[in-house]
Amino acid sequence: MSTLPDRADVVVIGAGIVGNSVVAHLADKGWRSIVQVDQGPLPDPGGSTGHASNFIFPVDHSKEITQLTVDSQRQYEAMGVQTTCGGIELARTPQRMEELRRRMASATAWGVDAELLSRREVTKHLPFINDEVILGGFYTPSASVVDSLHAGTLLRQHALDAGALTVSPYTAVTGIDTDAGHITGVHTDRGTLATEAVVVACGVWSPVVARMAGGRIPLVPVVHQLIDVGPIPEFEATGTGVAYPMIRDMDTLMYERQDGADMEIGSYAHRPIVHNPEDIPSIEEAALSPTQLPFTEQDFEPQMADALELMPEVLNAPGAGVRHAINGLLSYTADGSPLLGETPEVAGLWSAAAVWIKEGPAVGRMLAQWMTDGATEVDSHSTDIARLYPHQRTRAFVRARAEEGFNKIYGIVHPGEQWESGRDIRRSPFHERTAAAGAVYYEAGGWERPHWYESNRELVAEYGVANRAHEWDRRWWSPIITAEHLALRHNAGMIDLTAFAQFEVAGPGALDYLQGMVVAQLDRPVGRIVYTPVLDPNGGFRSDLTIVRLDADRFRIITGGSDGARDKKWFSDHLPVDGSATLTDVSSAVCTVGVWGPRARDVVAKLAAEDISHEAFPFGAARWVTLGSVDALLVRISYVGDLGWEIHAPFESGGRLWDDLAEAGRPQGLVPVGAGVYGATGRMEKGYRLMGHELEAEYDPVEAGLALPRVKQQDFIGKDAYLAAREGEPAATLCTLTVESHRSEHGIDRFPLGHEPILDRNGRPIVDAKGRRSFVTSAGSGPSLGKHLLMSYLPPEHAVEGNRLQVEYMGEHYPVKVARVGRTPLFDPEDTRMKS
Amino acid sequence: MCVKRAPAPGAKIPLTADGSAIDTRNLGFTMSPHEECAVEEAVRLVEAHGGSATVMTLGPPEAAEQMRDGIATGADHGVLVETDRTDWDPQATAAALGEAIAQLQQEGARFDLVLFGNESADAAHEQVSVRVAHRLGLPIVNGIKGLETSDGHVALRRDTAAGSERYEVPLPAAVAVKKGLNLPRYPALKGRMRARKATVRTIAALHHPGGLTSHGLRYPPDETTETEILGRGADAAPRVVELLGEEGLT
Repeated sequence: MSTLPDRADVVVIGAGIVGNSVVAHLADKGWRSIVQVDQGPLPDPGGSTGHASNFIFPVDHSKEITQLTVDSQRQYEAMGVQTTCGGIELARTPQRMEELRRRMASATAWGVDAELLSRREVTKHLPFINDEVILGGFYTPSASVVDSLHAGTLLRQHALDAGALTVSPYTAVTGIDTDAGHITGVHTDRGTLATEAVVVACGVWSPVVARMAGGRIPLVPVVHQLIDVGPIPEFEATGTGVAYPMIRDMDTLMYERQDGADMEIGSYAHRPIVHNPEDIPSIEEAALSPTQLPFTEQDFEPQMADALELMPEVLNAPGAGVRHAINGLLSYTADGSPLLGETPEVAGLWSAAAVWIKEGPAVGRMLAQWMTDGATEVDSHSTDIARLYPHQRTRAFVRARAEEGFNKIYGIVHPGEQWESGRDIRRSPFHERTAAAGAVYYEAGGWERPHWYESNRELVAEYGVANRAHEWDRRWWSPIITAEHLALRHNAGMIDLTAFAQFEVAGPGALDYLQGMVVAQLDRPVGRIVYTPVLDPNGGFRSDLTIVRLDADRFRIITGGSDGARDKKWFSDHLPVDGSATLTDVSSAVCTVGVWGPRARDVVAKLAAEDISHEAFPFGAARWVTLGSVDALLVRISYVGDLGWEIHAPFESGGRLWDDLAEAGRPQGLVPVGAGVYGATGRMEKGYRLMGHELEAEYDPVEAGLALPRVKQQDFIGKDAYLAAREGEPAATLCTLTVESHRSEHGIDRFPLGHEPILDRNGRPIVDAKGRRSFVTSAGSGPSLGKHLLMSYLPPEHAVEGNRLQVEYMGEHYPVKVARVGRTPLFDPEDTRMKS
Repeated sequence: MCVKRAPAPGAKIPLTADGSAIDTRNLGFTMSPHEECAVEEAVRLVEAHGGSATVMTLGPPEAAEQMRDGIATGADHGVLVETDRTDWDPQATAAALGEAIAQLQQEGARFDLVLFGNESADAAHEQVSVRVAHRLGLPIVNGIKGLETSDGHVALRRDTAAGSERYEVPLPAAVAVKKGLNLPRYPALKGRMRARKATVRTIAALHHPGGLTSHGLRYPPDETTETEILGRGADAAPRVVELLGEEGLT
């Protein structure tokens, strides 16, 4: 038993797959004073790793998760703890077959070998399957089973061999000290350590441990039921642990895999059973382990029937019985994604939680990079714990979303699908008005944001907009979006943009501080606006946003709702230590409505007390203007590429502002317009990029076409990498493509929705010099162009205007054309509408 | 077979704050290993000789789970003698079970054997089997690890320190069996499904006060165990051999 040192550079709490991976990678990154504690014994301290089914299917619709999984497989393989047996996802329904075709597209887009199997091909791999109940399968030859406990031992040993680690099992953390929001020490029942960094890798216990420091790791333990049936003579005869590919019976939300002589059957089909982290039994009170709770058989009843139907012979083998059955606890989050990175509440308190076996080692690597270099190779925008707004960190919210999300784990989830629970938490002051206009709300940063308005349905006929033929293509979509787009381009539209996150930065050091944060030159006259990339130290995209100079030493940062919480942490973390600049989150104080279109000036001028003519209020300017009885900040900019303003007003005056604008705009044909236009059709016609889609850590501003003409003198984060990127030729350039024929083999028109692979003329994947595959970063209509638009990074040989390529959608290839290389808009390339 | 729902062993059983009961929130429930052998034996007898096996318990509505466990491993029927009371001592339990069995007999059921586990997994009073047999007027032998039926009789074996005792008992009879009598099977998936669909008959329990009253629960004093490291690797071998010898295992 090790004795604890008095201090450590970092204390890693937890010795499951995640904590073990973190200590190994921190050691590789040069950390030499790591202490790892766990309340339980080694090698299985009793967390979720100990009862995990340990299988890995690499393909996920999320690029980030697939990358983490493939990296983990590479690491497991190098440790010699991986058995590659392949895996087959089965379809019992035509809808699932379609989903498997979409799966296939994700496999191609992210570079994982896979193939679709006919029913007969499935039975060649799985002779014991009742093929009468299936239609086909999706086969991933690289799917594998790993020994995560042995991997953990090897990973710890790796850090021990480097002389970097002290491991202390049977050591419970009893408290975490902080001083002015920074970690200072950890108390355990075996002693106290001084430290400035703590990694919480405690799985289902993470919320309890984080709270000791005043941080929140918002996850809940949910039950995943699994049983073992055996001995099965057919399996016993193979003489190995895993001889057959693993099975995911997707339509019944279950998996089955051979484990020696047994078949392990797991389910995500049962009712969501959500626990409180505080109520997990102690080690001494747990018969098996604290995360293996007594099996509740009544919840598993339909699953038994489904499993028997799929593989009656093996499961009915004489002598085969249910040898093991548990309600296993695993960590689940509001959006199903991991919680990684430093918590927004406490500096030095790092989260490595809600991670599956398939991501563990890669998460260790990613976190070690983050803690050491301040940035990660794999983009982290969908796993960063700082992505969550305060309401998204509450227990009530996480519980509700976990209950709703649990059955989606194997579900068919449409890319546009909205949550039903945890809604109506953030409402703009326009909400009553937009609801009265029949707004269909989508969530943006937790805000209820109109996506389109049913009150505009008559515009569909007026503009002759066709509906989409296929149900999948029109699910979470409406032809009203296209009609609203055309109405905005024809007259004017008003868009609720209150979901923006807005920060005010003030103080004598404000300019210098912000200069160091962003690429663009901010030393511009008061009343100027600047659109700028924000880079991470590696030169990849962290964010893109607008900064308004309100005064010599006062700036307003306006950023998207989806990434506002991350941006807030990033900007807050870098504030000058001397206090010469402050950052105030004014998101909840300000409401925003955008008014754009050729008649926007006529509408706004009716209310404006000041001159807002083009001469008095040019493009790129920001002014305080009195609109009726409301003083508002008008920003002449447009993400839809038309004449008009973002109008930022006091939150409490929003209702009045909306009514006055609507009234003033009635004769001009002003209509409310949803984010379906703002976030997709409008911006894509104009070639505008979207954070988390085109813009992410793996691509730099040169590739994105957002490099600025000049490089400012001042230093800023990511400058060196930015300069280097400007020197060389980009490995890929962001292009806009048009779909040239939509007609499917079934004779109906199909519309790709995003994330599909772009293929060359011969149907082969396109890979750039950095090994990145070309895929659709965004897809959407371009109503004013009469084309469906796709954005994709293409390597130089393909990034040629007029070049013909293909896009794979639902198992078919459709011809596409490179319509634009770089950022020049397809619609109104001179920006005359916006700048007149 | 008469069985009792009891917390699954293997962990410290938490008590409620006032010490009046156990905290069941995270507990699994089971029957005792002796009772599992009783169920297994009954199922084997029915497989060999025909007839039917009925598993019975006295307990709360949740105890239907143990009836289903019995059915999953091959019992034909489950009967829950249902009660919400918690003040059951062996005397009261035996009276209620005896009356329930008598009721089934009055309805035409005929039991050749009434099987018990030698003791329950929690209280281990070792009384209920004897009291039920007495009540039903049946011969009873307990501590049984061998059982064979022949025409109208059952041959029983009870192991003792010095050897074994053998009994020949006319049917009908009551027998309390011990773990080791057989190796209970795991329930087949099909059996589990049959059990889920099976109807567990409910009979209201009649409560006759017994002689024992529970006043509260508390943990026994911590047992302190000494760990002696015998050595590492091959160096430890001689001492291990020596100790095994002391235990009579070589």
